[in-house]
Amino acid sequence: MRQETGTRWRPRIRQRKAIGRGFAALTIVSTLLGIAMLVALLVDVFGDGAAQVDGHFLTSYPSRFPEDAGLRSALLGTLWLLVLTAVIAFPLGVGAAIYLEEYAPDTWLTRFIQLNIANLAGVPSVVYGLLGLGLFVRWFALGRSLIAGAMTMALLILPLIIVASREAIRAVPDGQREASYALGATKWQTVFRTVLPAAGGGILTGTILALARAIGETAPLITIGALTYIAFDPSGPMDLFTVLPIQIFNWVSLPQEGFSELAAGGIVILLIVLLLANSIALFVRFRLQRRFD
Amino acid sequence: MEANPTGTRKPNVEASPSANDAAQANGPAKPDVLITEDLKFWYGKMRALSGISLNIPQHEVMAIIGPSGCGKSTYLRCLNRMNDLIPSARVEGRVIFDGENIYARNVDPVQMRRRIGMVFQKPNPFPKSIYDNVAYGPKVNGYRGSMDDLVEHSLRQAALWDEVKDDLKKSGLDLSGGQQQRLCIARALAVEPDVILMDEPCSALDPIATTRIEDLIRELRESYTIVIVTHNMQQAARVSDRTAFFMIDEQSSGSLVEVDETQRLFTTPSDQRTEDYITGRFG
Repeated sequence: MRQETGTRWRPRIRQRKAIGRGFAALTIVSTLLGIAMLVALLVDVFGDGAAQVDGHFLTSYPSRFPEDAGLRSALLGTLWLLVLTAVIAFPLGVGAAIYLEEYAPDTWLTRFIQLNIANLAGVPSVVYGLLGLGLFVRWFALGRSLIAGAMTMALLILPLIIVASREAIRAVPDGQREASYALGATKWQTVFRTVLPAAGGGILTGTILALARAIGETAPLITIGALTYIAFDPSGPMDLFTVLPIQIFNWVSLPQEGFSELAAGGIVILLIVLLLANSIALFVRFRLQRRFD
Repeated sequence: MEANPTGTRKPNVEASPSANDAAQANGPAKPDVLITEDLKFWYGKMRALSGISLNIPQHEVMAIIGPSGCGKSTYLRCLNRMNDLIPSARVEGRVIFDGENIYARNVDPVQMRRRIGMVFQKPNPFPKSIYDNVAYGPKVNGYRGSMDDLVEHSLRQAALWDEVKDDLKKSGLDLSGGQQQRLCIARALAVEPDVILMDEPCSALDPIATTRIEDLIRELRESYTIVIVTHNMQQAARVSDRTAFFMIDEQSSGSLVEVDETQRLFTTPSDQRTEDYITGRFG
């Protein structure tokens, strides 16, 4: 290759390529740092907590004595809360998403609502807890019950479900709607027979991820009063309850010997529940999400 | 502005059933199934069609050709009120089908679309089985006969039955592009329409798949009225009985330049612009 002789061009090929390699190295470091953190967390928690996880730990109620204590009531509370929250939040969230995407006229009011739903997704969870305390616990007089907790959690994850469902609905190509209309289907038939089945994978994935978020939340439930000693199985929506993250928080705050290991064991269980939920979401996405080529 | 310059057919503006019968009894001239009268169309403030008047005779294939952006597809989508789905769209003029203006207040577009089916540019089967794709229309319209028979009949009519009969549970999306488009035709036929609108149905297909669809169109003409928009002049010449040539007018909205029997339009067009277009001088 002939070397440039004039002064009008200064290619500096070697420096430019070096900068490129440096940038690539930086991105690799960022990625590894994140993974390293996760691995460190898992190793630490499993090292401390894995020994705690056994049948006794899962089936016993909390106790003053660390060797007797288990998280049965917290685990059941989390599962109850999960189901109730899903039952409340799923139809409301998907319904709102269908309205906003398929029915709402494109006016400033619609756009205002959409913007604010996106904003709601960013509101700190403790604020939802205060709302739940005022609205459901006090005003609806539901007390510190599972249903009050589930309604609070439903409020918290509604914006997430609405946003995810709207994106899934919007991703259904217009050709699908047109095909349905051209066959003489009504709007309702088009939405329920074409749009929703095609968007189902995305909607379910978004819902499961939102529920996973709800499982890990502590602040709003502490606010509405779920930070209690529960030594019985919740048997209905009106029962008092506690959940895994609160039980963990509770144990961590106790100074006596043995409780920090219990907290680590609780974290292991919580992580397993979360990973399970996320795997289901991945599986659903893989199985149900349709590609339109 | 009656766009029927040939004068070979009786202008049949009152498309009442009796007029149809009379026209049929009078010999080879076929009654008009769709009559467009001074149809104007706007997307928001932009006028896309300026006063189209065009008669579409029964059991013929009408091809609509013209350069890009001349309003061919817009016109086609006015014929089954598909443009209703566009929020800013506005229509003026009349489209008379079966003696009734489909834009009249008392006409329900849902009911009308069952009788005027559509096949789209990009094959758009539902992400459902082949069977369910074909059964979709009959189901939403409350069909009460034997669904298996109707599905088989529709797939046979669309020349797809032999290729898929052993695997009707397979997803429609797993078929090849040409098969998908024939599935979409079968799906449109299953609701027993009178008219089938086709919006560049072969533009996404390879030549072999295109030939199969063209053969199919010629067969379907026996029982259906077909309006096909195409970019491909050879295709218009191969499949259609009549051809309408659209172009953009001075106000840059689509207008009908000329309509004639296909053979005559391609050999002795009466308008200079048509001749320029078909000889490849522009567009």
